[in-house]
Amino acid sequence: MTLHRLLARAGALALLLMVFAMNVFAQGKTVTGKVTDSKDGTPVANASVTIKGTNRGTTTDAGGNFRIAVDNNNAVLVISSVGFTEYELTVGAQTDFSISLAAAQGTLNEVVVVGYGTQRKRDLTGAVATVSSKDFVKGAIQTPEQLISGKVAGVQITSNNGAAGAGSRIRIRGGASLNASNDPLVVIDGLPVDNGNALSLINPNDIESFTLLKDPSAAAIYGSRASNGVIIITTKKGRKGKVKFNFGAQGFLQTAVKNVDVLTASEFESVIKSRPELSSVANLLGKSSTDWQNEIYRPAFGQDYNLSASGTVIDGKLPFRISGGFLNQDGILKTDNFKRYSGGLNLSPKFFKDNLKVDLNLKIARTVNADADFGAIGSAVSFDPTQATTTNSNRFDGYYEWLQGGRPAANANRNPLGLLYSRDHSRELTRFIGNIQLDYSIPFVKGLRANLNLGNEYSNERGSFVKSDSAASAYPAIGGKGGYRNRSYLERRNKLFDFYLNYVKDVKSINSRIDLTAGTGYQDYRYFNFNYQSWYYDGSPNGPYPIRLSDNSDDANGDNGYTIISYYSRLTYNLASKYILTLNGRADGSSRFAKENRWGFFPSAAVAWRVSEENFLKNSKVISDLKFRVGYGVTGQQDIPGLYPYLAVYNQSNNNGLYQLGNTYYNRLGPVEYDPNIKWETTENINAAVEYGLFNDRVTGILEVFSRKTKDLVSVVPIALGANFANSLLTNVGNIESKGFEVTMNFIPVKNQNTQWDIGFNVTYANPKITKLLINEDPNFAGNNVTVIGGSIGTTAQIDAVGYRPRSFYMYQQVYDQNNKPIEGLYEDQNRDGIINEKDLRVFKPSDAPVYLGINSSVTYKRFNAGFVMRGSIGNYVYNNVFMQYGVINQAKLGAVPQNIHNSYLQTGFLNKQELSDYYIQNGSFLRLDNINFGYDAGAIAKNVNLRITANVQNVFLITKYKGLDPELTNGMDNNIYPRPRTFVLGVNLDF
Amino acid sequence: MKYFITRISAIFMAAMVLTACHKKLDQFPANTLTSEDAYKNLDGYKRVLARVYGSMVLTSQNAPATGCFGCGDVKGVDEGFSDFFRNYWTVQDMSTDMAKWKYADDGLYDMQFNRWNAGNPLVEGLYGRCMLVITFANEFLRESTPEKLSARGINAETIKPMRAEVRFIRAYMYWVLMDIYGNPGFVTETDPFGTFTPPQITRAELFTYIENELKGIDADLLAPRTNEYGRADKAAAWAILARMYLNAQVYINQPKFTEAITYSKKVIDAGYSLMSNYQWLFMADNHIGNTEAIWTLNYDGVKSQSYGGATFIINGTGSGERQPLVQLNGLGGWGAMRATEKIPQLFPDVTGTADKRSLWYTDQQSLNMDDYFEYQFGLPTTKFRNRTRSGGYGNDPNRTFSDIDIAVSRLAEMYLTYAEAVKRGGAGGSEAQAVIYLNLLRQRAYGNASGNITTYDLDFILDERARELYWEGFRRIDLIRYNRYSEGTYLWPWKGGLRNGTAFDATKKLLPIPSKQLAVNPNLKQNLGY
Repeated sequence: MTLHRLLARAGALALLLMVFAMNVFAQGKTVTGKVTDSKDGTPVANASVTIKGTNRGTTTDAGGNFRIAVDNNNAVLVISSVGFTEYELTVGAQTDFSISLAAAQGTLNEVVVVGYGTQRKRDLTGAVATVSSKDFVKGAIQTPEQLISGKVAGVQITSNNGAAGAGSRIRIRGGASLNASNDPLVVIDGLPVDNGNALSLINPNDIESFTLLKDPSAAAIYGSRASNGVIIITTKKGRKGKVKFNFGAQGFLQTAVKNVDVLTASEFESVIKSRPELSSVANLLGKSSTDWQNEIYRPAFGQDYNLSASGTVIDGKLPFRISGGFLNQDGILKTDNFKRYSGGLNLSPKFFKDNLKVDLNLKIARTVNADADFGAIGSAVSFDPTQATTTNSNRFDGYYEWLQGGRPAANANRNPLGLLYSRDHSRELTRFIGNIQLDYSIPFVKGLRANLNLGNEYSNERGSFVKSDSAASAYPAIGGKGGYRNRSYLERRNKLFDFYLNYVKDVKSINSRIDLTAGTGYQDYRYFNFNYQSWYYDGSPNGPYPIRLSDNSDDANGDNGYTIISYYSRLTYNLASKYILTLNGRADGSSRFAKENRWGFFPSAAVAWRVSEENFLKNSKVISDLKFRVGYGVTGQQDIPGLYPYLAVYNQSNNNGLYQLGNTYYNRLGPVEYDPNIKWETTENINAAVEYGLFNDRVTGILEVFSRKTKDLVSVVPIALGANFANSLLTNVGNIESKGFEVTMNFIPVKNQNTQWDIGFNVTYANPKITKLLINEDPNFAGNNVTVIGGSIGTTAQIDAVGYRPRSFYMYQQVYDQNNKPIEGLYEDQNRDGIINEKDLRVFKPSDAPVYLGINSSVTYKRFNAGFVMRGSIGNYVYNNVFMQYGVINQAKLGAVPQNIHNSYLQTGFLNKQELSDYYIQNGSFLRLDNINFGYDAGAIAKNVNLRITANVQNVFLITKYKGLDPELTNGMDNNIYPRPRTFVLGVNLDF
Repeated sequence: MKYFITRISAIFMAAMVLTACHKKLDQFPANTLTSEDAYKNLDGYKRVLARVYGSMVLTSQNAPATGCFGCGDVKGVDEGFSDFFRNYWTVQDMSTDMAKWKYADDGLYDMQFNRWNAGNPLVEGLYGRCMLVITFANEFLRESTPEKLSARGINAETIKPMRAEVRFIRAYMYWVLMDIYGNPGFVTETDPFGTFTPPQITRAELFTYIENELKGIDADLLAPRTNEYGRADKAAAWAILARMYLNAQVYINQPKFTEAITYSKKVIDAGYSLMSNYQWLFMADNHIGNTEAIWTLNYDGVKSQSYGGATFIINGTGSGERQPLVQLNGLGGWGAMRATEKIPQLFPDVTGTADKRSLWYTDQQSLNMDDYFEYQFGLPTTKFRNRTRSGGYGNDPNRTFSDIDIAVSRLAEMYLTYAEAVKRGGAGGSEAQAVIYLNLLRQRAYGNASGNITTYDLDFILDERARELYWEGFRRIDLIRYNRYSEGTYLWPWKGGLRNGTAFDATKKLLPIPSKQLAVNPNLKQNLGY
């Protein structure tokens, strides 16, 4: 089904639901009212007001006001809102009401979505954080994780770069692994999704809340996938009451913030002409003055539209929500574009006297990414600024290029604009995700319910890559062919079957409450990676056809995947609402491992003491809430590289790897290295916390301390040659330990009828340290070198070394002269043996931040509101690959052509690249004003139409000592990263 | 009640389904084979044999990658550098007066300035390559025992020469390890598989092992020049024995020149003849009518691609700044490699007017390598050309990969071995015969008898070896045998890192055991001086 047809059908369905809603509407008298918080008289927005016994209802606006038509004076209004006790009143003769809602025992019964069900917030014993839609980061949010960026202690969200639709790296408490995935498990409406593309296709506007399970006592219920924490996303559901529509539109403008500081045309010319070693390229300089970076970047526009309808239809029986979204965003790099079409449907009817609750969620999305050539960014930094962008010729699509023998020069960079425009690429992702959850409260066993969740996820990624043979970057070799027409196709499938029983019993006699869950799950992930023939632009094949074992498919890698079968249970025991014990246990079997290692058991235990419930605090005026909790848990990580790492297999060479014996070229068959005993990584964690609320919860906070130890780290380590079919092997060898703390504080300095001011602050310290790396410890083993330096041939910048943070920099110590200028090629001889060699490298600074923090604040004054989010990190360092690669004289000549250099050479005077000088390790600590937002609630602009206007600026400023563009990087390597733009957003939102 | 029963039975059903599901955890990748699949027929054995041979030519099972450190057979080093011949050649020729490299890649400066240590990626790469080929060979031997063959219904007679060839390859790899590392780890097919740590073997013990192996397989190897192209025969084993005996003084401190004569003579008498045109030995179609090669490593620009072999030599020497050279040699240019002046100076004239083996590109180049970094200093060779005899280009339309097969041993080396062993006092040969052999080489080089000799001395042999075998990976061995490698008696540009050359530590005649292997294998002890 094409997307258009699908959207059309969704639209038709929406229309149908609307008609239902209209039909049941009847006329009577109209009453109005204002709903306030009994505690302080502040208005309660979005409270639901329904007429008992009907499906009719409305919600309050931002000022707490509502307006509803009733049939007669006997009508009963039911006013409810999350966190408040439900309130009922009979209308009578009155037409205007002032309703004061009491807090539901201080939000005590508020429930939180945890794994396999919900828990009352007061019963939580683990590190669980929730962010609901009202607290989301506002603005032009393209991917869901950005909704909570900077909002939650212990969670670090780093966008990959500034490209349109770029995803993020999410780390909860710093990650527990070296080579296995460090991504948290993402669960959407009960369906653990494939982490290959977990979030990019979810429309942020469809999300109701995030729950983050940060420590194993909370996450252990997800067993072998929970070592990096769990993110549970709950999408918006159908609401009670009359059908309401919401339409949101945002327009935004992105601009480049800063360019890389390279030489201008005249500076460049004078450098080239002043240095004899560059004389051979002096005559190649042009007459123009081109700022290539200005040429490739542009102000970029974007639009985001969302329409949703939600309410109850069919005599109040069928709550539904249907939504559609369209995002179209240009990137600041020319030709970069990202589009997302999305649609969602939720139906949540109840049957059999509400004993059977059905929750059906369907989401479909499609993204189209223009796949711009980010290589243009590096090329724009270094392309000769004295050349014009275009020529008078039609050759190379008119772009100026370096020639050699009349052809694009070897060893020369290509025109950045040519890279961008002489190219026609696109990547389209389509994803369907759906689940149906049946929750049945068994009528004659009070407190017992059965829950069945069936889920399915399907996605495919289709790439189309065309470059003409007149593009300089794909120009034919002499006598050869050029350009290409290639494609790619990848399919992912994920099936879930989950069933659990839950039993809740209040045993009044012993003042206890028992909540017991036990269940089982089956989940299967499949990958189909199609391996297509490569073609030249003229349509002739480039190279031999891919090998297939079966002739009937184009699918070279076949149907690969893995399956997990699980049994889990959780017991929560609550004594006198003061003492709470939670026990979790999960057994997981994963097809990734050999029979003997396949099953793992992941237990956890945690206790909490709600001190504020004790008599000596109950009436305290100062302490409104106080809770201590401590937990211990074991989790696993089965998401290690490779799907079948324990199996002995033979692989077949590809068609470029044949070997000639006699007159025949043989597809070679060879054994592959393997570890038959490989198993999951396990993480043990102890977590202790105090949660407090002071002055009637005007000051709240959490202090958490944790200690985490991962053992059996899966790591590719060198092994003794001769024993296996490689010199390194993926095996369980290492240990990592991490200690840290998180501080979360929230203040409400002002809260009154008209004004509320919130301030939130969170800071996290995590200090992971590798404690073991090799099978046999060896003091002479420095560690595993990782992260290749851009522009080098295989030189690495970082190391995983025992005693240090993963991915610390590993460099020579630069020696400086009296004027603090680095002396080229002179390094500290650490071991004093008279030679500078790799033994003199030292582990220098971490690439990941030990400390990161978030500050946010919002103010609401009458109909205005404003807020900001700041994020920062302290103690992270960045390898300034741009300075290193371009800030040297000899780079002014590349091959036989001139190339622009970075003006940092003025500070160093370096002639040659100094790849391993710690001079280039620069302090990457930063504080960024991520977002400021303003909103104005215009109220009713027509009957039943409410308008809200918003404005945002994103990436407002950055405070840092870092000398490059932006120190916020996923791996600490600054190498021509697509810069994060500054974004200006205007939005309108209509409720009707 | 009805619902309750329905629910309960659903739970039971689910439980039963799940028990059955546990079997679903037994999974096997699509499009992959077990060893039983791989060896189910003769073709399978042949393809595994191709894996063993091909591991000396191809750097992984997939299209060759360069700049990738985890893609190749040898992990942790750049796959592009990890071809056996490239790695071997770099040690044998780039650490001498033969060639210097422009870029500071991958430990190359330390290699060419004779200051490497145990962490050098080239040191690690060659050791890893040799040991892995040995491991693949051992696997083939384990899977071709009489018991396994009969269980699989495979004809043991057909497999017999393959087994002998695999043992030959293993012995050749051990010879490389003995020559370069001296005392490597040692593992055969009888050792356990998994995470076993192989013991170390001494250079002398290894010498004996190789000698016994190469002699022990003689009966099973096919007669000279009767096997398929690219596969080893008896003469291939004899040629390695002859080479090993010529250098026995270095390896085990005992002269074995008589044996060197015996085995070089066996090869010489086995029916080989010199190719009429020296240049043809190093061209894209050098597999055609090659009467001189004894055993070759087979490359193809499309079907057997690797960044090693002549792909490396030609691209390394070529440069985009010298288009005529790129045209002449038939592949692109990385603008990196030239010879020091010492080698062109061995010829009567650089341009090859007299001795046609003198194949150098001189336009815009200066003979003296005053600067290793600037391409114009030193001469690129045109000995290797990915062109055909008829003037065509190689198979790769993109002109990146070479088709040139690399001869591990060829007849000319045997002539030179014979002559040197006679001169060094070996029995069973004569100087008169040696002069005849040497003049065969000279006549081919000069095109007539004008370069003929009547007598010769050892220095002549060293120089003649350089003239005949330059850039084929022999120089380090030769200089060590002549005590001119680390010593101050012979200096070349950039020897020891200085323009005019300087002596370096004699312990550098052996490469160190790679530090990563020392770290993971407690049985290994480092060579002296590292």
